[in-house]
Amino acid sequence: MKKALPTITAVALLVLSLGFSKSSHAKPAASEPNSSREQYQIKIDNFSFGPATLTVPAGTTVTWINQDDVPHNIVSSEGKTLKSPVLDTDQKFSYTFTTAGTYSYYCGIHPKMTGKVIVR
Amino acid sequence: MQRQKQDLILHNHNDDGVDRRGFLKCMAWAGTGALLVMKGGILRSYSLSDPSSLAGAAGGELSFIQISDSHMGFDKAANPDVVATLKVAVDRINAAPIQPEFLLHTGDITHLSKPGEFDTVDQVLKGAKASQVFYVPGEHDVLGDDGKQYLERYGKGTKGGGWYSFDKKGVHFIGLVNVLDLKAGGLGTLGRDQLEWLEDDVKHLSDSTPIVVFAHIPLWAVYPEWGWGTDDSAQALSYLMRFGSVTVLNGHIHQTMQKVEGNITFHTATSTAFPQPRPGAAPSPGPMKVPAEQLRSLLGLTSVGYVTGKHSLAIVDSSLA
Repeated sequence: MKKALPTITAVALLVLSLGFSKSSHAKPAASEPNSSREQYQIKIDNFSFGPATLTVPAGTTVTWINQDDVPHNIVSSEGKTLKSPVLDTDQKFSYTFTTAGTYSYYCGIHPKMTGKVIVR
Repeated sequence: MQRQKQDLILHNHNDDGVDRRGFLKCMAWAGTGALLVMKGGILRSYSLSDPSSLAGAAGGELSFIQISDSHMGFDKAANPDVVATLKVAVDRINAAPIQPEFLLHTGDITHLSKPGEFDTVDQVLKGAKASQVFYVPGEHDVLGDDGKQYLERYGKGTKGGGWYSFDKKGVHFIGLVNVLDLKAGGLGTLGRDQLEWLEDDVKHLSDSTPIVVFAHIPLWAVYPEWGWGTDDSAQALSYLMRFGSVTVLNGHIHQTMQKVEGNITFHTATSTAFPQPRPGAAPSPGPMKVPAEQLRSLLGLTSVGYVTGKHSLAIVDSSLA
C-alpha cells in the first residue's frame, strides 16, 4: 500500500542521494535491473516524471518506477524506441540506452506527462 | 457534509437556466448525485435526496441514467472496494422513482483493462432493471491494446475506435471516443476520421432535434493543465452549433461540473469509484483520499430526463451517501 506523501518523498530522496534500491512490493517489476545499484532512476509521482530531463552516458540502463495510485506508461514521442507495458503502482520498466541522442517520451495514458533522456 | 435540497435559480439574466449563484451551487454540489432533466434546451439539477424535487423532473418521456468511472480493479486507499460502491449505484438506480430506459457509461469501466475487470462490471450492471447499457471507452479501458478488447466487447455496430449514434424518442445520441492515439503533451483527441463521421452523422438532422453527446474526457477545457479537455473538441462542437438543444455528458474528472455556452450545456458526472480533487487544488489529479465515512457522498450517478416539445433536459446528480 502506498505510504503518505511525505514518506514517499523522503524515500525518494534517499534513493536519489544514496542510490538505494527501494524494494518492490506485492507486484513484480516489469523488468529487474541486473545491478543491485540503480544509478539512474526516473520516478513517476503526482502525474510527472522526475527528473523530467535526465542526462546519462551511453550504455546506461534507466529505470522508471511508478509511485502513483494510477497506471502510467512510457512511450517515445517520436519513433518507437520506448514503449513500456502499462505500469501499475510500484512497477518498474528499464531500458538501456546504447546510442547517443535525445529521447523524448510521454505517458500514453496521460499525454500531458512528458520527459526526456539525453544520452551522451 | 450537508447536501443541498434544491438548486433554485434566483437570478437568471441570460435565460439559460443557470445563473452565477446556481452555477456556484452546482459546483458546491460536486459529488452529489444528479437527475438530469432537459427543459427548453437547458439542464436543471434536482437532488435525488429530495423526492419532491424529482416530481418536477418526472413526466419526462425519456429518462436515462449516466454512470461513469467505475474503475473496476482499483484497490488503493481512496476506495478499496469499488465493487461495493458500483453495487450501491445499481441499487440507487433500481430504487429511483422513475425507471431509466437505459444507462450510459461514460468510460473508465475498468482500471487496468483486464478481462476480469470488464466481466465484473458486466455482472454488477446486470443487476440493474434497465438492461441496456451504452458505453464509450475511457483511457483505462484501452490500455495495452489500443482498444481492441473494448471493441470486441462493446464495439458491435460502432465505427472506427468505437464511436456511434442512435435515436431514442426523437433525441439523437452520439457516443464519441477521445482516448485513443493521444499525442505527447496533448489532451484528449477525437481525430479526423471521427470528426468527418460526426459532421456527416448530424447533417440530415433538423435544427430542432435534441442532441446528447457523451464521451469520456470533457469536450470543454475544464483544466488543460491536468489534461482535462479535448484538443479538437471545438471542431466537433462547430457541427452542433445550429441545434437548439445540445447536451454534452462527460466523465473522467470524477466530480460534477456544469457549463452553459449558447445552446450547449456541458455536464460532468461523478465516479462510482473514487473522487478526484478540484482543478488545481492538489499537486496532481490522482485519486483523492477522504475519510471513509465521507467517500460515498463524493461518489454518485446522474439522471437525465427529456420532455418532448419542452425542448429541454433535466439533469440531477445524486450521491451514493
